[in-house]
Amino acid sequence: MTLSKTLLATTALTVAGGAVAAQEMADSMTLVSWGGAYQSSQQQAYVEPYIENNPEVSATWDESSNEAVAKLRAMNEAGNITWDLVDVVASDAIRLCDEGLAMEVDHDELLAPGEAEDGSEVDPSDDFGDLIVSDCYIPQIVYSTTFGYRTDMVPEGADAPDEICDVWDLETYPGKRALEKRPINNMEWALLCDGVAKDEIYDVLATDEGQDQALAKLDEIKDDVIWWSAGADTPQLLADGEVFMGSTYNGRLYSVIEEQDQPVGMMWDAQVFDLDGWIIPEGLPEDRLARVKDFVRFATDTQRLADQAEYISYGPARETSAPLVPEDMKQHMPTDPENSENTFLYNYEFWADYRDDIDAKFQSWLAQ
Amino acid sequence: MSDATSDPNKIEAPTPDDPLAQAKALDNVDDRGRMLAADGTPLKRQLAKSLRIQKIRALALIAPLLLFVLLTFIAPIADMLFRSVENEIVSETLPRTVEALADWDYDSGESPGDEVYAALYDDLFLAQERKEHTRLGTRLNYELTGVSSLFRRSGRGVDDIGELYQDQFEDLNELWEEERTWAELMGSDEWLAAQEAWDEESGEPLPDFQLREGMPTLLPETSRQMLTFAEFIRTEDNESPLEEEPWTRVWAALYTDLTNKDVSGYSGPHTDLLQEASAAVGDFETTPIKQAFLDMDEDWGDPEVWGTIQAFSPDYTSGYFLNAVDMQKTPDGAAMRDEDERIYGLLFKRTMFMSLVITFSCILLGYPVAYLLATLPMRSANLLMILVLLPFWTSLLVRTSAWKVMLQSQGVINDVLVWLGLVGDANRLVMINNQFGTIVAMTHILLPFMILPMYSVMSTIPPSYVRAAKSLGATNVTAFRRVYFPQSVPGIGAGSILVFILSIGYYITPEIVGGTTGTFISNRIAYHISSSLNWGLAAALGTILLAVVLILYWAYDKIVGIDNVKLGG
Repeated sequence: MTLSKTLLATTALTVAGGAVAAQEMADSMTLVSWGGAYQSSQQQAYVEPYIENNPEVSATWDESSNEAVAKLRAMNEAGNITWDLVDVVASDAIRLCDEGLAMEVDHDELLAPGEAEDGSEVDPSDDFGDLIVSDCYIPQIVYSTTFGYRTDMVPEGADAPDEICDVWDLETYPGKRALEKRPINNMEWALLCDGVAKDEIYDVLATDEGQDQALAKLDEIKDDVIWWSAGADTPQLLADGEVFMGSTYNGRLYSVIEEQDQPVGMMWDAQVFDLDGWIIPEGLPEDRLARVKDFVRFATDTQRLADQAEYISYGPARETSAPLVPEDMKQHMPTDPENSENTFLYNYEFWADYRDDIDAKFQSWLAQ
Repeated sequence: MSDATSDPNKIEAPTPDDPLAQAKALDNVDDRGRMLAADGTPLKRQLAKSLRIQKIRALALIAPLLLFVLLTFIAPIADMLFRSVENEIVSETLPRTVEALADWDYDSGESPGDEVYAALYDDLFLAQERKEHTRLGTRLNYELTGVSSLFRRSGRGVDDIGELYQDQFEDLNELWEEERTWAELMGSDEWLAAQEAWDEESGEPLPDFQLREGMPTLLPETSRQMLTFAEFIRTEDNESPLEEEPWTRVWAALYTDLTNKDVSGYSGPHTDLLQEASAAVGDFETTPIKQAFLDMDEDWGDPEVWGTIQAFSPDYTSGYFLNAVDMQKTPDGAAMRDEDERIYGLLFKRTMFMSLVITFSCILLGYPVAYLLATLPMRSANLLMILVLLPFWTSLLVRTSAWKVMLQSQGVINDVLVWLGLVGDANRLVMINNQFGTIVAMTHILLPFMILPMYSVMSTIPPSYVRAAKSLGATNVTAFRRVYFPQSVPGIGAGSILVFILSIGYYITPEIVGGTTGTFISNRIAYHISSSLNWGLAAALGTILLAVVLILYWAYDKIVGIDNVKLGG
């Protein structure tokens, strides 16, 4: 008698609760990110608060974002997706979407509406705006690739470098440079300093002559360049005094300057904006998918994205988050008006087409 | 083991291993002169049988390991290497296009005819529904720049072709806007009844869509597209045409059918509607299919695009291998890549050269150490051995990074040299991010692999041989050169093979300290696996590397003889 009553009561509860939790949610998640300061900003800004609200959930990190595309493809072929949510840059998100490895999402349905300062609600698709570069992509932050330089190595009598072409000015600013070991960004900067107008750069770069022109410009400093492939390389090279200036992600430079107190300055000219955000792998079982959706909705709302900016100097991808960013962080944001007088936006479509071709030329040029 | 036991077919006389059997066999010879065993069966067969049982037993013992190695090592490698020729994606994604394109001649310099575009419309439409078109675009973009965005854009634009007709049909009569109209027009009555009776909650599968009788002859194209559509949404989305508006591809097919076919003989549901549409299609606005594709993207008129699709339409391709040797498969056949895009030949040569240099440096540095280890008294030899093994137990990354600290221009060695006044502060030596740095770091890391086999061979050389040589009047040099060294050669051989093969596939150290001139082919393989996702090319490069190693191993066996390699004892 009691048992059947309990059963009945439970059933009634389940039915009542059915509207909220339509299906079972898994109680563990595997999140994939980049490690380091960035991952810990995610952990503090939204994973910890989420687990506080949902104590039954456990989250595991996998620091594999730099090879996420290859690993997801392998998982997909093996038919065993072990990741629930993957943090990738926009170009990788586009490729994952192209390959059918990431799930297409309806941003307005999946994500929480933005909370504007006046209290009104903003549709997520308007709140993120143009930053939704792919149907599979849920942007979190805007970061930039820009230059840092050793303030104590600036020659006497010279001003601190403040424009991109100073990278090529070996006479005024002798010393090594650190550049990323790939054509993206370097080719654009080279053309910009070779007198190509900013809005013509990709038209020029699409031609053989334009590519040769960019490589010829890079040739001028080739002997003085140390090529990096991991984001931590340039901060290290700067701290050791191995290079005078080098390109890297602005958040890395922030931690060298503010947290490690190194004599390093930022040069924001011609910084290249890029995005970082989540994708949900295609083919998750229903209970895991339900959990991930619940988490993503929480983790990308207006407040959470603004919270993240407390821990790392990357700009939140939501427009409504911007006013909530702490004042003392604003000056370090790549999107701050002071810093963003001259910027680039990574051209995803161009590089999707030309990446293989230009990379072959670039690597061949490097190896000579 | 004697010959007899290793090859039972050669047995013509009793084996000396078994005198008892021998004695018995001598008495037992059958009428054909064959020797018999004790039980009367021919000895040869009996022996073969017992040997077979032994072999099976031996095989059963190693079977777990063999299976393990096969499943977890050989099979994945074979599968990966197979990707270097596999190319089914083109013919699977664009089956009709590939077929229609077979008759087209690239050398004509003109874009293919309408039938190819019609096939492309079919294929591309289905591919974008399955979201496979961008994948194919990525694949073909390895061969021709720009195809990736061509396919992505066309996937978005391909719906517009049929939408043109859909809008006009719907403007003509509102009935066309209802999904039900299509279901009743195209579907058979039985299917319609079954579909209406179907209950989602029941858990039963959706009924198969069936065409109305006579439809395949009346509206052939529409019937075909309707079937494809119904089958697709049933299996992929678990939906039925009763609730889903047909794809725009079906509308385009209806337009084609109504312009080509006479439907006045039709009498069934929606006869009036069909007659009305049939009368009206003559005035419909229309775009020829080829023109529609050219409007979408003018690259569809480019013979290069079609030539590439044609060249890569077979299921197996040599394209990846050609890429791996700095060539490319063009519509005209294999051709060298542009001078400024060649890189793999250089990297293969560099990998070979640097691996040889590293092997020789290891021999030079390792030989004296191994000699010391083998000749010193046990107590000091053990201490020395720990010193050899200590770096071996340290993480590879730590050792590589340590070399960075040592060799960089603000590093330990340069600082000391500047402090001693040997080099000026402005002319610090460049010792890292180049070949020199890679060779130094890798020699250090691989040194234990050279010392250990050398040591284990040297420790078995009796010191009395050298003493004997000296007592016979040999000088120290002669005794070493003529007596000691030849006996230590097997150790050098073993160490060299180990070090050479390990260094040829090395990846982490060249990546960290190699800069631009010290990187290996393995770094490019890693790039294609994890960054460019061109797994076919990575597999081709890997296959070539494997083949080179096997050839070198074979050559080594021919010249030195693999029996001369000793890892110890």
